Amino acid sequence: MAEYRLKTPLSNEDVEKLKSGDIVYLSGTMYTARDAAHKRLVDLILNGEELPFELEGAVIYYVGPTPPKPGEPIGSAGPTTSYRMDPYAPILIEHGLKGMIGKGKRNQDVKDACVKYKAVYFGATGGAAALIAKAIKKAEVIAYPELGPEAVRRIEVEDFPVVVVNDTFGNDLYDEGRKLWEKK
Amino acid sequence: MRTVKYEDIVKSIRDMIIFSTTHLAPDMKKALEEAYENEKSEVSQAVLAQLLENAKIAEEEWKPLCQDTGLAIYFVKVGTDVKVEGGSLKEAIYEGTAKGYEEGYLRASTCDCFTRANLKDKAGYNLPPIIYFDLVEGDKIEIEYAAKGGGSENVSRATVLAPAAGKEGIKEFVKKVVSDAGPNPCPPLVVGVGIGGSFDMSAVMSKHALFRNIGTPNPDPELNELEKELKDELNKLGIGAMGMGGTETVLAVHIETYENRMCHIASLPVAVNIQCHSSRHAHITI
Repeated sequence: MAEYRLKTPLSNEDVEKLKSGDIVYLSGTMYTARDAAHKRLVDLILNGEELPFELEGAVIYYVGPTPPKPGEPIGSAGPTTSYRMDPYAPILIEHGLKGMIGKGKRNQDVKDACVKYKAVYFGATGGAAALIAKAIKKAEVIAYPELGPEAVRRIEVEDFPVVVVNDTFGNDLYDEGRKLWEKK
Repeated sequence: MRTVKYEDIVKSIRDMIIFSTTHLAPDMKKALEEAYENEKSEVSQAVLAQLLENAKIAEEEWKPLCQDTGLAIYFVKVGTDVKVEGGSLKEAIYEGTAKGYEEGYLRASTCDCFTRANLKDKAGYNLPPIIYFDLVEGDKIEIEYAAKGGGSENVSRATVLAPAAGKEGIKEFVKKVVSDAGPNPCPPLVVGVGIGGSFDMSAVMSKHALFRNIGTPNPDPELNELEKELKDELNKLGIGAMGMGGTETVLAVHIETYENRMCHIASLPVAVNIQCHSSRHAHITI
């Protein structure tokens, strides 16, 4: 297991060196989106319209934060369960998305897209929402404010802690980890 | 007949919500510390360390432990010798919920099933809650509250087994639910199991089982034994903290049965309600 510090946007070179189990600290700009926002982003792609942010090299964080207290950039902001974004992720990956951050298993289509188009699925610690919020320095709603917690935000992060779950080689940390510790 | 003021109930509920969503319950903290000590996998142990650090930050800053501050779930026991002055108990719980979530900067997570539109402007901030009322003797109102997140709820399951399936069938079902859930519900978990009653009652009991403090034994010695056996067997699954692989997948298994193990002669209902490592629960007696 290696440890990396990476700056967004991510390049093919960045993601191709990562292996499942590696610890990565991400810095730079990322975008937040959940179910409803994903559906809209994919509809835009299918209709040939412009997205609210540049997808090439982008990292999307699956999160619906709590409202910030006065003076805070964001409230508590841990990852949500990622499988709900599985129907939408492959097309975003095909169009340049390089990183996804969430928690929980992805389906085979997402894992295959990660291998084919070079992208990585990162796991953040679910429920560590107050801790993770410390890594988020700025947040601004840039699309779909009517979705409330599910709006698309541009966030600036510093040393955002994640673990590589699905890499560009088809590995899956959840399968490997469990196999290692399972007692028959 | 004792009288309780409507505003007092609203305030008690508001305060309970804000405190319990920002302060990890003492039983959970102890259970996570023990899991940290016992975990054999370094990766999972690092996750548990993050969770304990998270609890510390949340407590110091009164910041929500998890961004999913859940649906508000209540089990309410109302004494027959107490009445609420100035409004109904149900309204007071609704108002206390909306106040707690809004004034505590918690997330409003209720939405329309079909349009998925957030209900905070239509029904009220994170309204409606889910409330189970029960009538009891006495002049007190006892309110148990949990903030129940969606991730762990999504992997919960209910079934009605054939009576012949017996205890082994129950164990197999619980193991399948936890195994299929894998990393998704944020392990290490508290597993609530409702056995007996009817299809719906087993599910309600599986939820109520999550309110018991970890470390409090089941009063039924046979069920207490079954809880321990299940916990040991579930920890052999190897799922570990956040599914990274490890020895500590389950913090506790809590079983409830209906009226001392009652069910229909043709049925064996079993429900499994999964709770995450943040298990935010509290209770007040008014």
